[in-house]
Amino acid sequence: MNKPVVRLFALVIVLFGVLVAFTSRWTVFEAEALRDNPNNRRLLFEEQLIKRGIIRAADGQVLAGNRPLPGERFERRYPTGELFSHPVGYTSLERGRIGLEEFYNDPLTGRRNDAIGALERLLGPQKVGDDLRTTLSTRAQQAAYDGLGGRNGAVVALDVKSGAVRVMAATPTFDPTDPANADTFNRATQSLLAPGSTMKVVTAAAALDSGRFTPNSTVDGSNGKAISGTPLENFGGEDFGQVDLTTALTNSINTAWASVGEALGKETMGEYLRKFGFYEDPPMDYPDDQMVPSGEYGPRGRLLSPTSDQVDVGRMAIGQDKLQVTPLQMATVAQTVANGGVRMEPRLVEKVVDPDGRTIDEPLPEEAERVMSRESADQLALMMRNVVEQGTGTAAQLEGVDVSGKTGTAEVGDGTDNLWFIGFTGRFAVAAMLERQTGGTGGGNAAPIAAQVLQALGE
Amino acid sequence: MSARNRELLALVPASLLLTAGFAAIFIQESEVLSDVSLTYGAIFLGLCFAGHLFLRFTLPDADPYMFPLTAVLACFGLVVIYRIDEELAREQAQWFVLGLGLFAATILLVRDLRVLERYRYTIALAGLVLLFLPRVPGIGQQVNGAYLGVGIGPISFQPAEFSKIAIIIFLASYLRDTRQVLVQGSRRFLGVTIPPLKHFGPLLVVWGAAMLMLVFIRDLGSSLMYFGGFLALLYVATNRLSFVTIGLVLFGLGAWFMASTVSHVQDRVDIWLDPFNPRWVEKEGYQIAQSLFAQADGGLFGTGLGASLLRGPNGESLIPAPHTDLIYAVITSELGLVGACGLILVYMMLAERGFRTAMLASDSFSKLLAAGLSAVFALQVFVIVGGVTRVIPLTGVTLPFVSYGGSSILANFVLLALLLLVSDRARRPARGAAGRRGLR
Repeated sequence: MNKPVVRLFALVIVLFGVLVAFTSRWTVFEAEALRDNPNNRRLLFEEQLIKRGIIRAADGQVLAGNRPLPGERFERRYPTGELFSHPVGYTSLERGRIGLEEFYNDPLTGRRNDAIGALERLLGPQKVGDDLRTTLSTRAQQAAYDGLGGRNGAVVALDVKSGAVRVMAATPTFDPTDPANADTFNRATQSLLAPGSTMKVVTAAAALDSGRFTPNSTVDGSNGKAISGTPLENFGGEDFGQVDLTTALTNSINTAWASVGEALGKETMGEYLRKFGFYEDPPMDYPDDQMVPSGEYGPRGRLLSPTSDQVDVGRMAIGQDKLQVTPLQMATVAQTVANGGVRMEPRLVEKVVDPDGRTIDEPLPEEAERVMSRESADQLALMMRNVVEQGTGTAAQLEGVDVSGKTGTAEVGDGTDNLWFIGFTGRFAVAAMLERQTGGTGGGNAAPIAAQVLQALGE
Repeated sequence: MSARNRELLALVPASLLLTAGFAAIFIQESEVLSDVSLTYGAIFLGLCFAGHLFLRFTLPDADPYMFPLTAVLACFGLVVIYRIDEELAREQAQWFVLGLGLFAATILLVRDLRVLERYRYTIALAGLVLLFLPRVPGIGQQVNGAYLGVGIGPISFQPAEFSKIAIIIFLASYLRDTRQVLVQGSRRFLGVTIPPLKHFGPLLVVWGAAMLMLVFIRDLGSSLMYFGGFLALLYVATNRLSFVTIGLVLFGLGAWFMASTVSHVQDRVDIWLDPFNPRWVEKEGYQIAQSLFAQADGGLFGTGLGASLLRGPNGESLIPAPHTDLIYAVITSELGLVGACGLILVYMMLAERGFRTAMLASDSFSKLLAAGLSAVFALQVFVIVGGVTRVIPLTGVTLPFVSYGGSSILANFVLLALLLLVSDRARRPARGAAGRRGLR
């Protein structure tokens, strides 16, 4: 009778093996899905027990802190309220998380995914999270909101050398303590708008860096010139005749730049768009679902390849037709030119600091790509300085410091315009955008905001 | 080294585990290590030592690892229950003292296992009566739709824990007598071996009882446990896989019929198949859903003893019945996959000792008894852990020696005592002419 006993034990081993397999299934293989299950409130309750890390501005101002609740629990408080709600976001039991609260949730809750983290988990849960020191400037952020004055729009300012985000302002903003009623649409990273003439900076970069043009090349700035078979008007219907490239930028001559775009062709234009970071989510430390890629968009809201038949390359070169961009993307364009042609990844967080004050992580700075040669970038910067000194962007002038820039007034088609300004000094690059304004120009309305922000940043 | 000295040595890790476990919980809860944890460890060590001394005098040749393995399970359970509720742990410790008493009494009273054979019909009847006691109006208790408890005044217990032993004793004894006839009297029909109806009758009664259990007790898990134990015994006794197959088909048909007609069983199956259905995830399915969430929280290494979340901020239970049905979920949550596998490994080792005892036993009754008790013990672990991990529908049986509960502790100590009795006789070295060693 011993053989059946052995077989019986073998069956018990199989059954226990099934138990181990199912336990592995829930604890390891399907653990992620179970944690994300909407019926699972454990994680939220557990996170209430954790004292989340504090988020600070570059000057030390607390942007997100904690208020104690009964039962050793904590609730988030946001001392700066609506001023920083777009970059910082919120964390809420009911609504989940957005912004930095979401992107840096692991360090903020003290979760570290390395060997030491696993060891610490064995000794009990981490009850205090790591702090974030952001790159955001309180003064400049305030200046941006003052400049926007409640009008729909956005301002983004980046550090030229590091890509650090100094300002990320978007109107309307929201109250982070009331997520249920918050309109969290972030116009700095999510709004897609025609960039208008600010796009000529990208076209000029392609023109100079491809070696096909120099700042002195002569182009045709006649009014009413046919572009892709349809006549194109200059701003105010002005006819410039034959001009050099610098003049064409200073006076923002549409027909001249559209012809440059056509001369370069879709291939070259597309190559430079991609180099500048169009056609992908910006590589910023911010949740992917709160950012959109810039580029040519088709009728159903889908990205079109720059070489697609539907692309009107001449009008794309002057930021019209199907081209749609975010203010963050245009700030990156300015930053790239200012940085000698090297695009930096935008960063909101300078360092992650543990409760004992040790720096755990410094996400800065990360070089994304060299977009153009230093020589081309310097030539382009000089052309853009002309715009501010004697062209459409004079409102961006600052005392004692050279400002380069480009204005944009993009027709929406319903009588309103999107007003743009992108520009830079030696240290900071900025993009300012006002959405669907009746009357006004990029030079007249957006440029002064940029100037105020640059000033608040110390220029 | 003698068997008993090995046993003594094997008790050391159990005591260390207990002390370390209590220390971990104290550190977690008060940030300071109090000497209470050491006191608990010392008392438990004392109890184990007393049990060991008792075995040294009464069953000197019994298996040396069963008692220490049980001690490991018991102290593990005590630590986890202590972490859930200090008061419950104190009660559980008292049950252990009583359990050890019953353990000693069983060994002293049943010195000769043949006593059990003599009273087999009485024992069988007692087992069946116990089984259906929870349906007796006035004293029966219904928990989660299943009838598993009995309450007389302040005392409440789960008679099914005891009846499983009674039924195994009866079956072992009955099959010892009839196994030859069952095998030899069989005819082959359409390639299937059919046992003679006359001797198969009582076994059909067992099948009927298992089906009745489904109807009356309404618990798929415990009827699976009983019927599984029965099939295991039948297989060991006859070595005929066809009997087991017939049994499984019959049980499957019965269970399928019940699941499609008895609404309570049907609900259980629906919840098992789709625990997150919004229709019941906050009601009947809450238990299994929360069990899975708690396990997912544990991951590979767990949150640490005492660190898992049992209650939400408003006091709502995040692991219902954490000390009984869902204790395995608590363990997985706090000690992770690694800790849970360790626990299953201990059960597997204990089952191995049980089956080894069955193989060493020289007479058929002892062999069948040891195999049956080991099988039903292992099946009980499978039914409750399988329920908690959604292998099968969740039912209310206890995790032996780990779950809180007097009936479970007492019954399983009796089970252990019987296994050790078989083992002592089987391993006793040859003495004179009466020497009988079945195996080398």
